[in-house]
Amino acid sequence: MREITIGIGGAAGDGLDKSGDTLAKTAARLGLYVYAYNSYQSVIRGGHIWLRVRLGEEKVQSHGDRLNVLIALNQDSVERHAPEVAPGGAVLYNSDKLKLDGSLLKDNVLSVPLPVGSLTKPSGKVQPVMQNTVALGALVFLAGLDFDTAANVLNDTFTHKGQAVVEQNVKIARAGYDYAHDNFVPLGYEWSFSRIRRPFVTGNEAFALGAVVAGCRFYSAYPMTPASSILHWMASHAEKCGVVVKQCEDELAVVNLAIGAGHAGARAMCGTSGGGFALMTEAIGQAGMIETPVVIIEVQRGGPSTGVPTKTEQADLNQVFGASQGDYPRCIIAPTSTTDCFDSVVEAFNLAEKYQLPVTIISDLLVSEHPETVEPDALHQDVPIDRGQLVTSFNEPNGPYKRYAFTRSGISPRALPGTEGTLYVSATDDHDEGGILISDVFTSPAVRRKVQEKRMRKLDALLAELTPPILQGPADADVTLIGWGSTQGVIEEAVAQLAQSGINANHLQFKYVYPFHSAEASAILRGCKKTICVEGNYSGQFARHLRAETGFTVDEHIRKYDCEPFEPHHIVEQVKAILEGRSRSNDLTVDEAREMAYHYIRTRLGDKARPAAIARHEPNGADEATWNIEIVSRETLEKRGELSIGVETGTTYWWHPVSA
Amino acid sequence: MAAVVQLPIDLYESGVDPDWCPGCGDFGVLKAIKLAAGRLAIQPKDLMVVSGIGCSSNLPGFIHSYGVHSLHGRAVAVAEGIKLGNHALNVVVTGGDGDGYGIGIGHFIHAMRRNIDITYVVMNNQIYGLTTGQASPTTMKEVRTKSTPRGNAEMPINPLALALVSGATYIARAFSGEPEHMAQMIAGGISHRGFALIDVFSPCVTYNKINTYPWFKQRVYKLDANAGYNSTDTEAAFNKAFEWGDHIPLGLFYKDEQPIYEDSEPALKNGSLAHQPLELKREVFQELVKEFI
Repeated sequence: MREITIGIGGAAGDGLDKSGDTLAKTAARLGLYVYAYNSYQSVIRGGHIWLRVRLGEEKVQSHGDRLNVLIALNQDSVERHAPEVAPGGAVLYNSDKLKLDGSLLKDNVLSVPLPVGSLTKPSGKVQPVMQNTVALGALVFLAGLDFDTAANVLNDTFTHKGQAVVEQNVKIARAGYDYAHDNFVPLGYEWSFSRIRRPFVTGNEAFALGAVVAGCRFYSAYPMTPASSILHWMASHAEKCGVVVKQCEDELAVVNLAIGAGHAGARAMCGTSGGGFALMTEAIGQAGMIETPVVIIEVQRGGPSTGVPTKTEQADLNQVFGASQGDYPRCIIAPTSTTDCFDSVVEAFNLAEKYQLPVTIISDLLVSEHPETVEPDALHQDVPIDRGQLVTSFNEPNGPYKRYAFTRSGISPRALPGTEGTLYVSATDDHDEGGILISDVFTSPAVRRKVQEKRMRKLDALLAELTPPILQGPADADVTLIGWGSTQGVIEEAVAQLAQSGINANHLQFKYVYPFHSAEASAILRGCKKTICVEGNYSGQFARHLRAETGFTVDEHIRKYDCEPFEPHHIVEQVKAILEGRSRSNDLTVDEAREMAYHYIRTRLGDKARPAAIARHEPNGADEATWNIEIVSRETLEKRGELSIGVETGTTYWWHPVSA
Repeated sequence: MAAVVQLPIDLYESGVDPDWCPGCGDFGVLKAIKLAAGRLAIQPKDLMVVSGIGCSSNLPGFIHSYGVHSLHGRAVAVAEGIKLGNHALNVVVTGGDGDGYGIGIGHFIHAMRRNIDITYVVMNNQIYGLTTGQASPTTMKEVRTKSTPRGNAEMPINPLALALVSGATYIARAFSGEPEHMAQMIAGGISHRGFALIDVFSPCVTYNKINTYPWFKQRVYKLDANAGYNSTDTEAAFNKAFEWGDHIPLGLFYKDEQPIYEDSEPALKNGSLAHQPLELKREVFQELVKEFI
């Protein structure tokens, strides 16, 4: 498959996301598939941003392993990322401001200095952000994309700012394009553009759109990364879509308002991340008890506590699974892709109303915030809407209406408040069929047993409605990779890479966390040769859940908790190590040692220095090996000192400055 | 208001006997709510009574209407959701001082700030009764309870003053010893467009041996418009809210006509959310998708 990955690195405020968006939309309009991931680096003052945009003629399902072109918007990005560019690629940078040390480049990597000042001179005095537009134009030429399409995207992006702004942007992009055309040979990408127009969306946008298509009439939230973009989309489209969007005082209010609206009969949803979800848990049990439909989206970020707010992790499974005291019926869905975010939310509303229970969608920053192209029909309007059994009129041949009637299915037909003849009180205290309490003065063990069975057996039919997990790939594979939620795409790509290395792997991905397809999963797993659970947390929360539900213990684990998403090679390398019986180490790699040096520099030396040579030293005085890292001046390359970091513990043993 | 036919109080009889202690102030509140609903001719199906947890929060079970007996401290939040979900319902929240002024005080303040059209009746007995007698947010200073054996060290919440600074547009106080007056206050709150607070002295005959019926009877008096009290005067209301001791005022402290939260929501202009069609217009959907291309 023909593909290219472009990295854009710069500081917050460099206008990097806009440039990435223009690039992505240009490629998408040409019919290429796009996957982008914006990795907020926390190691450099000013908040460094590293955006990767991967384009391919076929579906790309992660931001990939390789870097083909770097657009560096500041000196730091040049130094950090230029060495990553693969042979055949290029580094684009503003040569008026930035320097590229050729020794950083791999062989056959093109250095593309762009004289931004002279290229933008005909446009008069321009914003510094225009360096991005020059680079974008040059990239369009080098990567073999189509300039007119890029110009159309710029037109659509800036049209609200007036024709002059549009023209200036197009002119400057053209200057970059022409400069590259006159001075460089293109990188050799010969695309076949299908020109199929695919929407370019994030998971959170897919959640929001799916919700309004499914008839969501109420959305509440408290601002919290990485769920806030659902709130923003909902708020800005509320009037158009007829939704009441309520920012509340806290997540206690958020979920209780949503439950109130759901109880009244509106399709209601709320969203948060792990910390907010922690506040919601008691109320989620309430929804289970009073049998009120509500949809809750929990977008995981790095935890615990405030954790790593702008990074991704899959470590809230225990919390979502353990939410609220007591046993109560609920459903937990972990969407496996951007498209699946749309489908999951539609399904969640139907399940919530049909079975009168809370449905929690457990997402993560990766699937919620990264944008990608989805097929044109992925976002569609003809979705099924099932509101379940609603009582709209009632007469009393067999006595009064019983809101919590003990039916065989466990589903008690629901009357909305305001209906004539069906008055009832919904209580969080346990209650009988009619809603009368069995908790205070009069208790009844028999009624309690039957009402609890009634509620819980709703899950039997619910589970039967869910699609069981399917083993993807050859049934007789030597190794089975198990994942849940957002890792579907990256595991699929890892399996393909393994096949290229002659390793026969297959893949089992779980979307439905609760209720769980225990029998189906068990049958599949017991037929596998070697099972490896891949998940983005420290303790193997899903593997434990799987063991609890099936009694099956996976053979091996691949876990990532640095809060960056998996890339295919992370999985491939570890699968190979497992199959070859190599021990896997938690020692700091040289790249990680460099990251830690950057962190040390940022917090103690300012941004005038950078790490240079790194060498490993065997134990000498310390009780572990160390990485000794030379720190040099960014300006003069003179040595500023040396930093020693433990290979095993990561502790900083010493910093020896060069004495002046 | 147009002349309406009053509904009989029996219409709201649930058939479930309250489990309150004999003599509990909450009996008076239950009766006053039924009287108020009857006078306003609110059909039981159009009345939604929402409560939290506590002795007084059992009230929805004792009135024939729709009801939600929600979580401790969350009654106001659930009620706000219900009101936004179906704003045709008359939403009355009932609960105690621990529920509303303690664990639920955040929702209380923000609901007032929104001026959402719900009526909040707080049965304020200055004690935690259901949990057998601990200090509550309105327990007076130095009062000994099970949890404050050396005397309560904290200032009590002043719910009326708090309501005044938080944006409530109907603020009243009543006393269980005077159910007829209380019914007037509650009826005024329900018919008021906006957030209405009716703080009710509802004595706990079992665990509060200080703030008893006789204690209140000796002290309470009614704010009287005829005697010159102006319930649109913020400063007067503020001063009266702080009057405590030998003389304690009852009545309508403050009333103001302001836009309600529901007025600001375009989605509510087409009727109740609960009864609007779910389908999105084809052209709207197409516009939404176009933003992504």
